[in-house]
Amino acid sequence: MADTPGIAFQILQSVFVVLAAPLLLGWANQCRAWLQNRSAPSILLPYRTLAKLFHKDAVIAKNASALFRLTPYVVFGCMWLAAGIVPVLATDLPFAPAADIIALVAVFALARVFSALAAMDIGTSFGGLGARREMLIGFLAEPAMLMTLFTAAFISGSTQFNTIVETLGNREFAIDPSLAFAAAAFLMVALAENARIPIDNPTTHLELTMIHEAMILEYSARHLALIEWAVAIKLFAYVSIGIALFAPWGIAEAGNWSALPLAFAALAVKLTLAGAGLALVETLLAKLRLFLAPEFLSTAFLLAVLGMLTHFLTQG
Amino acid sequence: MRSCRQLRKTWRFDNTKSITGDSDALGLVDIVRKSERGPLDLKDLALDLKPVAGAMPASHAVVRAEELRRVCERAREGYARLVALWGSDETARGAGFALHLALAFPSGILWASVPLAREHPRYPGIADIYPCANRMQRAAYDLLGIHAQDSPDRRKWVRHRAWPGGVFPLRKEFDIASRFPPADDQYPFVKVSGEGVHEIPVGPVHAGIIEPGHFRFSIVGEKILRLEERLCYKHKGIEKRFEALTPEQGARLAGRVSGDSTVAYAWAYAMALEGIGGTEPPVRALALRGILLEMERIANHLGDLGYIGNDVALAFGFFQFWRLKEALLRLNSELFGHRYLMDLVTPGGVARDLQRRQAERLIARLEAIGAEVAALKSIYDEHAGAQDRFIMTGQIAPELAEKMDLAGFAGRASGIRHDLRVDYPAAPWQQIGVQMASHTRGDVAARVSVRFDELFESIRLVQALAAQLPPGEIRVPLAACPAGGRGVGWVEGWRGEVLVAVETAGENRIHRVHPHDPSWQNWPLLERAVLGNIVPDFPLINKSFNLSYSGQDL
Repeated sequence: MADTPGIAFQILQSVFVVLAAPLLLGWANQCRAWLQNRSAPSILLPYRTLAKLFHKDAVIAKNASALFRLTPYVVFGCMWLAAGIVPVLATDLPFAPAADIIALVAVFALARVFSALAAMDIGTSFGGLGARREMLIGFLAEPAMLMTLFTAAFISGSTQFNTIVETLGNREFAIDPSLAFAAAAFLMVALAENARIPIDNPTTHLELTMIHEAMILEYSARHLALIEWAVAIKLFAYVSIGIALFAPWGIAEAGNWSALPLAFAALAVKLTLAGAGLALVETLLAKLRLFLAPEFLSTAFLLAVLGMLTHFLTQG
Repeated sequence: MRSCRQLRKTWRFDNTKSITGDSDALGLVDIVRKSERGPLDLKDLALDLKPVAGAMPASHAVVRAEELRRVCERAREGYARLVALWGSDETARGAGFALHLALAFPSGILWASVPLAREHPRYPGIADIYPCANRMQRAAYDLLGIHAQDSPDRRKWVRHRAWPGGVFPLRKEFDIASRFPPADDQYPFVKVSGEGVHEIPVGPVHAGIIEPGHFRFSIVGEKILRLEERLCYKHKGIEKRFEALTPEQGARLAGRVSGDSTVAYAWAYAMALEGIGGTEPPVRALALRGILLEMERIANHLGDLGYIGNDVALAFGFFQFWRLKEALLRLNSELFGHRYLMDLVTPGGVARDLQRRQAERLIARLEAIGAEVAALKSIYDEHAGAQDRFIMTGQIAPELAEKMDLAGFAGRASGIRHDLRVDYPAAPWQQIGVQMASHTRGDVAARVSVRFDELFESIRLVQALAAQLPPGEIRVPLAACPAGGRGVGWVEGWRGEVLVAVETAGENRIHRVHPHDPSWQNWPLLERAVLGNIVPDFPLINKSFNLSYSGQDL
């Protein structure tokens, strides 16, 4: 399986995701600006922000431990790994069998744990506040995420992403109620996991309301750049998971170079729609009161469970 | 795990015996009583009243220190509210010091002066009668060294590190060029102890570009058990500066006490000076001042309604309201020559006239802005997510609001029906009649609702005033202010009642100016509004009040 074209595809996808991820963020920001009747910033703004941050000198608190310095690399590494596992351009990647959907959720969880530890490492009250809130969101979002993925796993009979995508991508088009439930649940979890409205507000400057931003307040320069970049990759990875599970058409098989242009085109269209959709959701909704977040996520969990039950009902 | 309710019993507010952040922690607020005889008239106080000339009804009386508490208790029983408390140095006039109070009675304002000794100036504290007096008493001590006896809270308020204790910058003998090495800055916050309780210090430097203020939250989980404010990080010496200016020069400074209320302050200052010299501003000037004041109100409400949207992550509302605010500011710039309307109200009149064509343009533009605001109001009203955040957040019940003298539109949102434009309708309000907006729930939603109502009413008022501007001059020369003159300016600014008290000295000089911002009254209530709410709701509650840091840190 680990043949040369496969490895080439793997490298191509991993590099592509890391490079393209800020573009998706830039596009979503652009759409949001248009929806708010503003003239939009350049779609390349996230790249410029990263470049700017990489050129600055890092400021680190005196009492920061090695954990604080290490975390940005761990978080970035986790997201990059996730981007290698999720089938974005092609299925059957040589790297994919290394982790199934459960391991993928664990990779995200690892990044979360490191972020929270680093946030508490400095000992500022905002770091602790953010870490606490992040954990509140995380421990509710992860089961809901797993349930969503399980629905797809039951349909395809495997927890391997490759099998799931191949099964779902190569069958006739039919509206599957269990997948519809799972899709709704996934959308809610994805918003929460990526610190988007209605759970968190990525553009706020109000320290007291922050969740994810509160954890990274103490980071600067290259560390902040890595975290911001990881945030973009995470969003990209989640959108890719959504596409792989609920709209996998057009994806190439590893090694099949001729299918690659179509795969790129299909992905571009889907990402464009997803970015615009995200902007629409973020414009229409207000942020929930923090203590409504558990309700929001338990609704997602409930929908995911319903999806699973529906699967068993319809399959007899 | 024990529930929050069980935990509550274990929380303690430490060292409240020695100090309290606000008087209600001692239960002092409950002492406040209301007479059953109904509102008290000024005459019932049996004081030697001297009328203070000016546009607003006002009287002055000298009250002996030993009588101060009796007067305040009678006033409180009779529904009079404390508008301001300040001190002055009378040594240049051959006396000691003085404490001044402005009490609002239904028949007008009472300016009570309490003469104090030159050595160890002190007076019986009144923070138990009027809880809002606490910080004003502390500020009066920091600036002048006049001491409120038996006060439960003797901490400094205005003084940080700029000058050491025992130095009083507002005394006449204080040299404005004095410089001191940074003093120590010990400030004992009230500690809350108990299982799971911890503190979050926020500010004075914030992530956004706002004024400096420190907020000390004591929280358990996300729930706020106590909030204590520490303000006055930017003491500017405005009151001291006034004393080096002529009355006319002071007008520009008065307009810069709090930038978002420049018209209200400039008008109040002009009103005080006009009262002292007996100058009658022309009717056209008064109508134009009314237009300017309401334009300021509209601009501030537009901005804050946008911010309130932003604080619930409804960025759409933020950008729409700020687009409208910008349109209004540009209209200000076009018609009056200044976006924030500074230096337009001058003693004796106004600096700029409004031509017929300009007035028509003003009416038409406001019509368009009003229509857009109405559309945005329906979006806010029907947005389930936003309303869920607004309703029952940061509530101040009418009883508490009354005890603590909550001022301005925030007071009106908590059932305190006071509006100077309605209560004492001087020109230009008496001709057109102002509709008072009010609400009783006292939460963020109520303040939003009152802001919308006032915004629409202000548009109506500006249009009514602009449609029939009386002919005539816009400015008359200010009559000379005699030595020992006393004037009161009292204007319903957008945030609440702005009071400027002026005393003149000989040779066309100012003896003392005290500009008073309604934020003095409302800051302590912000501490109360957040109790029991969760930490992430604080910015929203704060913005629904949007109090001035600068206005109460002169």
